[in-house]
Amino acid sequence: MTLAVEFTHVSRHFGAVLAVNDVTLEVPEGSFFAMLGPSGSGKTTCLRLISGFEKTTGGTIRIFGEDCGAVPPNRRNVNTVFQDYALFPHMNVRDNVAYGLMVRGVAKSTRVARAEELLALVKLADYGDRKPAQLSGGQRQRVALARALINEPRVLLLDEPLGALDLKLREAMQDELKSLQQRLGITFIFVTHDQGEALSMADQVAVFNQGRVAQVGTPAQVYNQPATRFVADFVGSSNVLAPDITRRFGGPAQWASLRPEAVIVTPQGRATGRVTALRYLGAGTRIVVDIGGQDIAAMLGAGEAVPNIGEEVRLDWPHTALHLMGPEA
Amino acid sequence: MNATGATLPDRGTGDRLTAIFWRKPNVLLALLIAPPLLWLGVVYVGSLAALLVQSFYSIDEFSGVVVREFTLKTYAELLRPANADVIGRTLAMAAAVTIGAILTAFPIAYMAARYAKGRWKAVFYIAVMLPLWSSYLVKVYAWKLILAKEGIISWAIDSIGATPVLEALLATPVIGGNSLSTSYIGTFLVFLYVWLPYMILPMQAALERVPANLLEASADLGATAGQTFRMVTLPLALPGIIAGSIFTFSLTMGDYIIPQIVGSSRIFIGQAVYQLQGTAGNIPLAAAFAVVPIVIMLIYLALAKRAGAFDAL
Repeated sequence: MTLAVEFTHVSRHFGAVLAVNDVTLEVPEGSFFAMLGPSGSGKTTCLRLISGFEKTTGGTIRIFGEDCGAVPPNRRNVNTVFQDYALFPHMNVRDNVAYGLMVRGVAKSTRVARAEELLALVKLADYGDRKPAQLSGGQRQRVALARALINEPRVLLLDEPLGALDLKLREAMQDELKSLQQRLGITFIFVTHDQGEALSMADQVAVFNQGRVAQVGTPAQVYNQPATRFVADFVGSSNVLAPDITRRFGGPAQWASLRPEAVIVTPQGRATGRVTALRYLGAGTRIVVDIGGQDIAAMLGAGEAVPNIGEEVRLDWPHTALHLMGPEA
Repeated sequence: MNATGATLPDRGTGDRLTAIFWRKPNVLLALLIAPPLLWLGVVYVGSLAALLVQSFYSIDEFSGVVVREFTLKTYAELLRPANADVIGRTLAMAAAVTIGAILTAFPIAYMAARYAKGRWKAVFYIAVMLPLWSSYLVKVYAWKLILAKEGIISWAIDSIGATPVLEALLATPVIGGNSLSTSYIGTFLVFLYVWLPYMILPMQAALERVPANLLEASADLGATAGQTFRMVTLPLALPGIIAGSIFTFSLTMGDYIIPQIVGSSRIFIGQAVYQLQGTAGNIPLAAAFAVVPIVIMLIYLALAKRAGAFDAL
C-alpha cells in the first residue's frame, strides 16, 4: 500500500501553544480521509502542514514518500479547496479555474479548454464568464473544487468544504464529492468538525483532540469502538460511563461507552430512572433518563411510544453494547 | 414601572424623533446630508464653476481690464512656449513624484498591512502621520537647510568621500543645479517627503483588504511569489494605489510653496496662478492655468478606469 501522506511525530507550536502535538498518521493513496475534531483541535493546522502554509516545528511529513519539509507550497503536488473558497474576485470563473495552468505557462487556448472541461465536471459549464460574486455559495464551492483539480494534484485537501452551505446542499455535495473522488481516484483529505459528514463520506477518519490524534480508523470503528472517552462523546454523543457506573451496569470496573440507539425502553429493563429531557428529531426521539445520578440517553424509533418528562421508565441494552475503553481521556 | 400593554410609554422627544426616523428613514438621511451638500454644492462647486467661467474671459492687453466675453483666447495663451513649459514641467514633476511615492510607499504599506499587528499597527499609523502634525512650512524650510550646499546631506556625502557622485548628479542638465536645494532633484525630494503619507495610507488600506487566503490560494495553485504579486496582490491593491496617486499627483500639481523655497527659479503651475492673479492681475489666465490640473486629473482617472483599475472595487 502506497502512502499518500505520512506524518511522523509531527509537531507545530505557536509560541507556547501546541497546535499539533506529536502526530503520527498514515493516509493511504486513493483514500477519502477525514480529519475530524472540534475547533482548535489541530486538524486544520495538520492540513496546512500538508499544503505547506505552516511549517513543522518537529517531525517529518512525507508526501508520496518524499520529505516535504523544505518544499514551498507552490512546488507541492497538492491542491486545496479553501474553507471560504478564496476565489479571486477580480477574475471571472474561467480564469479562476485556469489559474493553476496559467502560472505554469500553459498556452491560453489549452488552459481555457481544460478549464471548460473542469467546469463541466462540476456542472457549471455555462458559468465561465461570471465573476465569483455573481455565484451562490454552492456554485462558488464547485468553482473552488474545479480550480483545485485543474493541476491534477496527487492529493486534494479540503478545509471544511461544506461548512458554509445549507443543510440540503450539504447533503447533495457530500454524495457528489464522494462520487467525484471515486471517479478521479485522487486521495482526498478533508477537515471537518461535523461527525456526520466525516462518517458518511470518509473511508478513514482521524479524530483530533487538543493537538493529538485520539483515534484513526474506519467510520464504523470510530463510531462503534471509540478508543477514548473523547471519541465516544464527540462522535455520535455516546453515553460515557465511569468505571463504577459500568460495574453497576454489570460490566468490569472500566470506562465504557453505550450508544443511545442500543438503549431501549422496556418494562423488563435492568435499570430504572426518570425521564429528564426529550428531543424530537423527526426520525426518532432522543430521551435522557436519570438513573441514580447517571444520565443515560436513548434513541427511540419513530413508531415507539414516547414517555413524558418525569415518568419512570426501565431501560435495557444488550450486554455487547457496552464498549469498554482505556483509562485515557 | 411595568408597562402592561404592547407599547412602552413615550419617554419624550428622543422617542418621538426615533419614531419619525423609523417611519421615514429618508428624513434622517436628508438631515444628515443637507449641510455637507450645501457646502459642497454652493461653496465648492460654485467656486469651481466661477473659476471655469473666468477662464473663458480675457484681458484687454492695453488697459489690463477683464473683458467679460466668451473667448478661447486665454486658453490659446496657455500654448505659448513659456506657458506650455510651465505646464510640461509641472506635469513631469507630478508624475515623477507620484511614481517615486508609489515605489517608496509600497514596501511600507505592504509591511504594515501584512505583518503589523496590535501595537505595531499603532506605531505605524503614528509614524506615518507624525509629519502631518507639524507645519508644512517648517518642514519645507527644514528641508531647504538639509539640502543646502553646506547642509547635512552634502556633509554626509563628503564624509564618505562621495562628493564627486553628488557633483556629477548636480551637473546633469535640467534636473541638476548649484546645490540640491536649488535643483529639481531637491524639489522632487521635498514633494516626495511631504506627500508620502497620502500615498501610504490609501495603499495600506487597499492592501489590508486583500484577504491572505487569496495569496495562499495562488501559491497553492503553483504561483511563485512574483506571480502572486502581479496576478493577485497588485490588481486588488490598484484602487488604493490610484487613490494615493490622485493625492500625490494633484497636490504636486497645485502646490506653489515648495518649488518657491526649494528648487530652481523656473516656475510651476501653482506659482504661475499665484503670480497671475496677484501682481499681474490676469485673472482669466490664472483661471485657465488652474483648470489644467483638473482636466489632467479627469483624463488620468478616465485612463485608469479604462485600464480596469477600479474593477476590483
